[in-house]
Amino acid sequence: MKIKVDWDKCTGMGMCESLAPDVFEVDDDGSLILHAEEVPDGQEDEVREAVAACPTEALSLES
Amino acid sequence: MTHLVVVGASLAGLRAVEAVRGDGFDGTVTLVGAEEHLPYDRPPLSKEYLAAEECPDPRYREHATFADDLDVELVLGTPASALDTSARTVTVGDRAIPYDGLVIATGAHARTLPGTEGLAGVHVVRTLDDAIGLRGALRDGNRKVTVVGAGFIGSEVAAVARSLDLEVTILEAMDTPLVRAIGERMGRALTRLHERHGTEVRTGVAVDEVLHHDGGVRAVRLGDGTELDTDLLVVGIGAQPTTGWLEGSGLTVDDGVVADARLAAAPGVYVAGDVARWPNALFDDVLDGPMRLEHWTSAAEQGRYAARNAVDPENAKVYETVPYFWSDWYASRVQFVGVAAGDHVEVVAGDDADGGPFTALYRAHDRIVGALAVDMRAEVMKYRRLIGKREGWDAALALAAERREQAAAKAAEAAAATAAETAQDGANA
Ligand SMILES: Cc1cc2nc3c(=O)[nH]c(=O)nc-3n(C[C@H](O)[C@H](O)[C@H](O)COP(=O)(O)OP(=O)(O)OC[C@H]3O[C@@H](n4cnc5c(N)ncnc54)[C@H](O)[C@@H]3O)c2cc1C
Ligand code: SF4
Repeated sequence: MKIKVDWDKCTGMGMCESLAPDVFEVDDDGSLILHAEEVPDGQEDEVREAVAACPTEALSLES
Repeated sequence: MTHLVVVGASLAGLRAVEAVRGDGFDGTVTLVGAEEHLPYDRPPLSKEYLAAEECPDPRYREHATFADDLDVELVLGTPASALDTSARTVTVGDRAIPYDGLVIATGAHARTLPGTEGLAGVHVVRTLDDAIGLRGALRDGNRKVTVVGAGFIGSEVAAVARSLDLEVTILEAMDTPLVRAIGERMGRALTRLHERHGTEVRTGVAVDEVLHHDGGVRAVRLGDGTELDTDLLVVGIGAQPTTGWLEGSGLTVDDGVVADARLAAAPGVYVAGDVARWPNALFDDVLDGPMRLEHWTSAAEQGRYAARNAVDPENAKVYETVPYFWSDWYASRVQFVGVAAGDHVEVVAGDDADGGPFTALYRAHDRIVGALAVDMRAEVMKYRRLIGKREGWDAALALAAERREQAAAKAAEAAAATAAETAQDGANA
């Protein structure tokens, strides 16, 4: 599964990071760093939670 | 389970119906909402929606999404007026809608100042219609804006009004704003953000009377007798859970609908969002009872939990969370995770004396229970994880030290790069 970010929507809330820190990290200036393009094995649930938790609906998954 | 009914068509209600449909639930789903509007996002209403030149569309989904993708019957424009838990019906207008599972997500509504009903120039911000009204008023040539209540929503509106170059005064009854939400020291720190931007904050003042003229607000009279002229009065004195329609239902209502750890309020009845009061097991050692949040994130999450539990009560899951909310003041982003309880607040990065940037941690029972950050977006979510794992205070301080080292290394690197560039420029000259 691939992680897609709508960069226009992301406002650097960091909810995604708090749920799946291996994949998402917010920088000091509020920009999102994507540590993995593909959902790492065994982290499907965490990443799904992160996608659902984003307040701006900036994240989605593509199979 | 054949019929899920969700009452309240906002964030929690939307996430409720989306969750069960996403899981493949194939029964009937009905979503009842008092407002005419399709579900829409509230946080922008006191921020971008008021500030932006071009009004963003705050609706989450189109009509077709409900009809085609989600197969949800929308019943909009009339509030549910009664719940019968023994017959398992919800009354909407003259219709009694039967349910097998019910999610109550009727949220909260804005508190108003008594005696201001129908007065022109007096605004609250809770609904899209409220925001449309205030957006217009802020651009109608009004000069003086008075905000009653220095809470988050009042503060956001004040910040927008200042950005439109209006004269803004905030009146707060307590001696320190936001004491209950973030504690005294941090309440003072955030107040400095207002002062830095030319918004006057008067604390410890009571509004005795709203004076009007020709059906419009003219001034407010304070407890000490002073009169403060104003063109607009924005009332930001909090919200009350919308539970009036549940009178006689037999549910326990106590500043919200009281539910158990699985969000169940009665057999088949689950609650979600701003209306829900439930025991958050993660903080059972610091809170003295069930909690009610008015935060976007928990409303979205509870919507999903409540609906899944309602359609599959045998496997109902416990909901616990590290609360999170954000707020935008001027160009600053305020973020808070956890609960503002405990015996000590420590600023671990930056300086709170001038309103930030800074990060502060909250300690209770020698563990970290909360974190507040102003303009330090990389910080607070790292602490959210620690709070969720019930980590000790030492672990939080160790992370803070590590973060400071990383920041120092980064700053040194940046300085070296600048120096090298300057040297290069010098050599080229
Ligand atoms: C202006 C504003 C700014 C905010 N900013 C932030 C922020 O920056 N960060 C953050 O974390 N949170 C913020 N919030 C809070 C967040 O928006 C709420 O927590 C969230 O909207 C709660 O969702 P809800 O679905 O539980 O309730 P609500 O959004 O209150 O929706 C409840 C819905 O139920 C309907 N309803 C009520 N009674 C009935 C009835 N009897 N029958 C049918 N329908 C009924 C109402 O009309 C309403 O549409 C903000 C809220 C507001 C108002
Ligand atoms: S939660 Fe959403 S808005 Fe926040 S950083 Fe992640 S993707 Fe961006």
